Order: sequence, then structure tokens, then C-alpha cells
Amino acid sequence: MAGGLLQFLAACGLPGTRDTGAPADFDWAAWWKDQKSNGTLDFASWPLYIDSAGGRHPSLDKFTAATGINVNYRPVIQDNASFFSQISPVLQAEQGIGYDLIVISNGWQLTQLMQNRWLIPLDHSRLPNFKKYAGTVATDLAYDPHVTYCAVWQAGVTAIAYDEDQTGPIDSLDALFDPKWKGKVGMLSDNDELGTVGLLALGIDPQTSTYADWKKAAALLTKQRDDGIVRQYYDNSYIKALQDGDLAISQAYSGDIFQANASGYPNLKFVIPKQGAVLWRDNSVIPLHAENPVDALEWINFYYRPDIQALIADWVNYVSPVPAAKPIVAGKLDDPSVANSPLVFPSEADLKRLSEYPVTETIETHDQWTSLFDPIIQS
Amino acid sequence: MRSRIVPYLQSAPATLWLAIFFVVPLVSIASISLMTGNSIEGYDLTWNFGVYPDAIDQYSAQLLRSFLYGGVSTALALIAMYPVAYWIAFRGGKRKSLFLFLLLLPFLVSFIIRILTWQFILSDEGLVLGTLKDIGLVGENAHVLSTPFAVITGLTYDALPWMALPIYVALEKIDRNLVEAANDLYASGWQQFRRVILPLSAPGVYAGILLVGISNIGDYLSAQILGGPSTTMIGNIIQTQYVQNGDYPVASALSLILMAALLLCVFVYAWVFGTRTIQEYA
Repeated sequence: MAGGLLQFLAACGLPGTRDTGAPADFDWAAWWKDQKSNGTLDFASWPLYIDSAGGRHPSLDKFTAATGINVNYRPVIQDNASFFSQISPVLQAEQGIGYDLIVISNGWQLTQLMQNRWLIPLDHSRLPNFKKYAGTVATDLAYDPHVTYCAVWQAGVTAIAYDEDQTGPIDSLDALFDPKWKGKVGMLSDNDELGTVGLLALGIDPQTSTYADWKKAAALLTKQRDDGIVRQYYDNSYIKALQDGDLAISQAYSGDIFQANASGYPNLKFVIPKQGAVLWRDNSVIPLHAENPVDALEWINFYYRPDIQALIADWVNYVSPVPAAKPIVAGKLDDPSVANSPLVFPSEADLKRLSEYPVTETIETHDQWTSLFDPIIQS
Repeated sequence: MRSRIVPYLQSAPATLWLAIFFVVPLVSIASISLMTGNSIEGYDLTWNFGVYPDAIDQYSAQLLRSFLYGGVSTALALIAMYPVAYWIAFRGGKRKSLFLFLLLLPFLVSFIIRILTWQFILSDEGLVLGTLKDIGLVGENAHVLSTPFAVITGLTYDALPWMALPIYVALEKIDRNLVEAANDLYASGWQQFRRVILPLSAPGVYAGILLVGISNIGDYLSAQILGGPSTTMIGNIIQTQYVQNGDYPVASALSLILMAALLLCVFVYAWVFGTRTIQEYA
């Protein structure tokens, strides 16, 4: 029996994901013409990533009131890789994943979703609000240059945070490599974040970086670890370590520090260092085989309305894709600390100082990247 | 004729269970480990046996570390729990079940919460270090989290009941008349323990070591939550390769290497200490 199984496996191997998506020449314009709203939307997102009040989500309630579409909101996504590993076998089997809209960060998983053509291209004719209100955060995407698939949900900055009581003011990535903070430096365990900060510290533009640059960054980061400067490579738990005083300085996400400041940790400061920082986006995308694609588009169009975006931005405190929401947060919602925060509504000048992760277009370049940076994180 | 078939028929459910839930997955993993390719193009079985030496070469540090941490934590759990099990079995009196329940009580809380609590206890300004720093016993920059010590602490703590229970069962089964006879023959307390109780409890110790050792060597959560840059265990590597990188061949090869190494340890252990104890326990 084992022999038979072996022969069976030898014959077919494990199939890849290529050719399990939509045909390259599929006529999406004609397809969209035939689609109608079904009055339901299955929406998968991340925990604590939408406005909440008394267990309800006012923006979603307003959406249902305005359109009659009921939203099943499911904050089930904890991180990109594990969510992708859940949905990819289903998409590979050419079946629907049960969601009409998912929120996923730019990175290797999103690249795979696009390259496998596992996403439905947006019908921009049904997104007038996007056209009217989307800022450059949502329209200037290196990973999706023609905004074919991705409607930015929120964006954020990965830079550094420090405990001012311990360190005093800091404005340079050099502090991450300073032996003075030996054992008190936190780095992120996401290899995109780690590698990119290495490139920035060397003054290399991540987006035009080459394999040779990546090797230099890996050498710098390896030395940082071997010198005992890095305490740990953290997932989101870095924020707890900063709050507990375990860290003096850490790579950090903008929204986390904003929320920590508001919840009793004013000593934590977030700074975009002089070498620059990374702007990432979490994108709403419509997975292939979605049952209610029109309802998904309706919701995208709805949340690009400045008054709705103001509700969301005022609650989640990440970078909003709709600059026109700023006066509403300041005025009607009376929350100037959010409205005037460069971390929620960055100026165009701020945005110019930010770059994206290097886009690894092929699995070969992706393997090059991971095989350089994974061994640093997991040594 | 009939009598010859019956035993096979009776064992059929167990055989089937093993075939479906053990043999088939094992053969699949073995064949996946020999494939080459990637998640987009797919994987073909190319009998790439080179994956094994490559994986051992690349991850030898994490493999050895897993056995070191697993071994140390198992030994610590044994040293900590043998006296506890002994006390409950011989001195517990009428309240034995209450004591056993108390032993298990913390473990009704989810595993993740317990490990996270250790993170809280061991943090730099936490219960232990904060106090020690305040009274000046340790330096301001001392830290325990993110060190091998923290990982081994987590592993040991989580192993406590799994070590205590089998030892307790073995001690409980000891015929008290044997201990009394040793006493009548003028054996001292220590001699009674050394010559009578300890040998008779060996099957429990053996079961406890196997139970704890195997799960601790393959553990990855303690290292992930309590560890630092150089405390990665082989379980962490397997998880990253499988979930994050979709590198199924390397993940499968590492799983099999770990399994083979564990089996080897069990055989060496049985060879040194004898298999009699296992059979007795069964």
C-alpha cells in the first residue's frame, strides 16, 4: 500500500498555484456588467481595525442604512502569512473562500494573490468616491501601479519608537545599532520590515535596491544581532515590551504608538528618522469567486466618503487614504489630536520621505530575500 | 481456519486507524521532503535526498539546541516533581485527590495565557526583576526574558503535571507491604527509598521523561514568546518554513529528522535502562 501511494505521489507531485486563477485575457468589463448587488457583504478584516462603539460599527451601520446591504464583518485576519496559508488551498481548488472582501498588506502574499490572478479587478466606474477623494496614499502604489486590484483600507508607517525617559530624543536609525542600547533594542520579526530598515540604515533606497544591497543590509543586521544589541525579534508584542520598559528603542508601527500614547504611555515617542521610513498599505481586495462583488464595491465606494473615513480614521489612528477626512475629524468629531497628527494625516512632504518595501516580483527574488533575512531572525 | 482470522479481524480497527492516521501521513511527508519546486509552479518528486544533509547542515544549531533545552527542562521537571508525587502518594492521606486537583488547577488555564503570564513575571520591571533591581541585587540592565533561561523556565513549567502524574501513578501502585518488609529488615529510610521505592517507580519516571521530553524538544511556543534572537528551536524553523515560506520539502525533511532523532533517543534510553520498565508500565 505504501508503495502504491509513493507511485501515486511520484506521478503527480504537488500541484502549483499557476493557472488556477482567472484567465489572463478574461473580459472583466463584460463580467462586471452582468453583476448585481445581492444585499449582503462578507467582509474579512483585522481585529480592532474599524470604528467601534458599544459593540457596533457605526460606519458599517451607516452603510447598511444607506444601501440596504447587510455586512457580515469578521475580524479574522491575524497576520498575512497565516491567513494566506488558510485561503490559498481553497483558491487553488478554484473555489470561493466565503469572503467578498479581504484586507491584506502589501507584501509577498498580496503579490502572489495578484500574480495568480486570484483577485477580481476593481470596476472603477462604480467607485466615484475613490476617484474624487483618494489621496496619493491610495493612488501611488508601487506594487499595483494601475490600482487594478487594491483599494487601500488604511496605511501606516513603520519607523522607530523610543522610551524618552530612557534615551532622550532620537532622530536617526543609527540608534538601533548603537552599543549603548545593548540588549534594549527591539527589531521586527517580519522579514520585509527587518530587511527594509537595514537598507534604509545604509542609505539605500529600498525600491531600487539590488541583491548586492540586500546582502550588505543582511551583514549589518547580522552584526547588530551578534553584538548582542538586539533583545528580540518581535511580532506585535514589541509594544508591550516598550510599555514594560524592556526596550529602550524599537522598530514600531505608527498606529500602535499613537494608541499607546493615548492609553497612559506618553513617554513613548514615534519618530520618522532622517534616513526615512516605510509606508505600507493594507488593501481591500475582492477575492476570485466572491459571491457579492458588487456589494464589495459599494462598500469600498462608501468608505472613501470623507465623513465615513473620518469615523474610521478617528478610531483606528492609522494613516487615512482620504485627506479630505481631516477637517471633519477636526471639526465635526472635535478631535484635533488625531486630525493634526502627521501619523494619521501626513503632509505630502512627509509622504515624500517614505518608501515601500522592495517588491519581490518572482519567487526566485522572494527566496533570495527570505534566505538572507530569515536566518537573522531565527538563529 | 476461523480462529486464525479472528485475531486479525479484531485488530482491524486499530490497524486501519494506524494506517490512515499514521502511515499515510508519514509516507506523504517522506515523499514531499524529496520533492523540488515552489508553491507557484508546484512540487515534483525528484528524489532529492540531498535535502536531508542540507537541512541538517543548515539547522544543526537549532536541532542541537532543541535537544539541549528539551533535555534540561525534562531533567528539571523530574527533579521538581518526583518529591511532589512522592509526597502525595505516601503522605497525601485522605486528601490525595484534592492535592492532585490542585496540582492540575493552573493547567486548566489556556497554554498561551500561562506562557504570556511568564512573560509578565519575568519582564525587566516585572515582579521578580523589578523587585531585585529596587533592592539593588541585580544591575539595572539585567534581563531574563529573551534568554535561554526564560525558554527553559517556560518549558519546565509547562511539563510539571505531565511529569508528576505518571510518577504518582507508579508510586501509588507500589505494594506498601514491600516498604514495610524493608523496614522490618532494618533498611534505613534512604535504603528503603533507594532499593525499593525508586526501582518500583521507574516505569512512571520513564513514562514521564518520554511524555515531557518528546513534547518539549518539538515545542516552539516557549521559544517564540519567551525567547530571544538566539533561542530558536527546530519547531520554530519548521513552522516558519511551512506557514510563512511555503517551503514544504524542507519543513517535511526537518520534521522527519526530528522524529528520527527522537526515536533514536528513545531506543538508546531503552537500551541503557532496559525495556522491562516499559512493559511493566503497559
